[in-house]
Amino acid sequence: MKDFFRQSMAWLHTWSGLVPGWILYFVFLTGTLAYFDTEIDRWMKPEMPPARFDLPAALLVEVAQQRLVAQAPEAQRWFVGLPLDRNQPYLRLFWETADGERGNELLDPATRAPYAARETGGGQLLYRMHWNLHYLPRDLAWWLVGAATLGMFVALITGIVIHVKIFKDFFTFRPAKGQRSWLDAHNVLSVSALPFHLMITFTGLLFMASTYMPLIVAAQYGTSKEGQRRFVQEMFGATRETPAAGVAQPGVALAQLLASAEARWGGGMVDSIEVINPGDANARVIIHHGGDGGVLRSGESLTFHGASGGLLDTRAAVTSTPKAVRDVLLGLHEGLFAGPLLRWIYVFSGLAGTAMIATGLVLWVVKRRQRAAKSGVGGRGLALVERINIGTVIGLPVAIGAYFWANRLLPAELPGRGDWEVHAMFLTWLALLAHAALRPVAHAWTEQFAIATLIFALLPLLNVLTTDRHLLRSLPAGDWIFAGFDLAMLAIAAGFFWGLCRLPRRIAATPASDVPEPLAELRS
Amino acid sequence: MARRTARTMPADRWRVASRLLAALAGGYLLANVAAILLARLLVWMSVSRADGVLIAVMLSFLVYTGAVLWAFAVRSATRAWTGLLVPALGCAVLAWLLGEGAAS
Repeated sequence: MKDFFRQSMAWLHTWSGLVPGWILYFVFLTGTLAYFDTEIDRWMKPEMPPARFDLPAALLVEVAQQRLVAQAPEAQRWFVGLPLDRNQPYLRLFWETADGERGNELLDPATRAPYAARETGGGQLLYRMHWNLHYLPRDLAWWLVGAATLGMFVALITGIVIHVKIFKDFFTFRPAKGQRSWLDAHNVLSVSALPFHLMITFTGLLFMASTYMPLIVAAQYGTSKEGQRRFVQEMFGATRETPAAGVAQPGVALAQLLASAEARWGGGMVDSIEVINPGDANARVIIHHGGDGGVLRSGESLTFHGASGGLLDTRAAVTSTPKAVRDVLLGLHEGLFAGPLLRWIYVFSGLAGTAMIATGLVLWVVKRRQRAAKSGVGGRGLALVERINIGTVIGLPVAIGAYFWANRLLPAELPGRGDWEVHAMFLTWLALLAHAALRPVAHAWTEQFAIATLIFALLPLLNVLTTDRHLLRSLPAGDWIFAGFDLAMLAIAAGFFWGLCRLPRRIAATPASDVPEPLAELRS
Repeated sequence: MARRTARTMPADRWRVASRLLAALAGGYLLANVAAILLARLLVWMSVSRADGVLIAVMLSFLVYTGAVLWAFAVRSATRAWTGLLVPALGCAVLAWLLGEGAAS
């Protein structure tokens, strides 16, 4: 009885992990990098000056308003993000017009104009790909990522069920024993960061919960758009839906409203300001509190009448317990609240998760190869998975390396250079998949490990040749964003070099193992 | 001639496919209907509408995951289906009886 249960859970674990495996690898890798999104942004825009968090908010808001009035007077919505910490290092402007046209700028308060920096997607683009993928219609990407995430959650729970001897597994690692070693590696990576994996996966589903479970909302609010909007309003407040009066009326100076907010909260607490229907008689200004550094993702907000400046509404950070639970869970996923040490813990946990997926993919091939060697039946499925594994497990990191290379090599005046950086990334991935398909397996692994080592080891050198914010300058100057990035690239190269020396043999040709096979199919 | 792996017979493949469908489709159905019922129960117990929906949506993923495991843990594909559809029907009936609850 119990045996059937464990075997069927093992079967389910294998397939719920394997089928979405490559998407999950992509999601985990880009997600882990996203914990450094603004640092990567800054490395990819070396023209930007170091971030400053000491400028008075009143000045920044005045500069922002002046620019927005000039650039987007007809917009439906303005957004001003103030530089408080690494999550928002520069004064950011965003606007949206009624026809969906959008604008985005980083404003230099000294020149009152956008910074002159190369056009790039930066780290933000890697972060967005984490749930939007790329080249795909948004809704399709969300569904793929959502389905993959559910698969991941099932894989985690079934993994726990079949490996209930958690502590014994945690302390077991038998190297150089072929399949057994891959299994041990997979177990250690899973168990050591298990709370993180469970949290990150479950909370990942929550982000797009109303996309995946629209019927639950509809059952209570109706299927019409009006109903959907009412749900959003009840959760987040109705201010953003305020219709424009169609009557022009000059808005009160934002700096004045900022002063009201700062009188209430103290200085340096305003995170962002939103203006709904700017320049209209029905304008609204929402000022957001940056939060008190805790996990809760939402902060208090004040809503003012945009034309008269009167305070209309105060919305507390916690409006209801269920929403607060949701906000804490989402806050845990994003980790924006984390200080430096905790952020590194997030990153290492994310890397463990990425490696857990990779070792799982490799383990599947290693086991199947063994079975094939015994029974003589290979199968195209095995060959396909094997090749895509190589081209993805090594190929995707290499592709991200190529993204950074393209950032340094593409000329600044190239139209659409931001898009071309991304094309370089995906073309590289495609090239490595092709390489993996064409070369003998052992050679493919070795060569790709070598390529990966080189592409990351040489990146700091490329930095020396193309900018003046390279290691020889950044280290003595204490420019930790640049120095840290270059050093991280060297560390990654070292990791791939270790892989080059130790792993290809172990993947391509493994000795027979005595690990018992779980039931490969279910007979009833 | 079609090549069969040494270990999987065609009838078994259909049974696995059946379980998979039960897990994915039946599980989704059960997760939704159970959550709809929960949301209506909470509203009936004077929880606000948005909060009720929020709680129900968050828990629905746990129900879905549990349903997927159930579909593969039980002894037969038939049991997988009945184990998901019968509770789903029960939840649907109860949810319908409760009605939409609080006025908008």
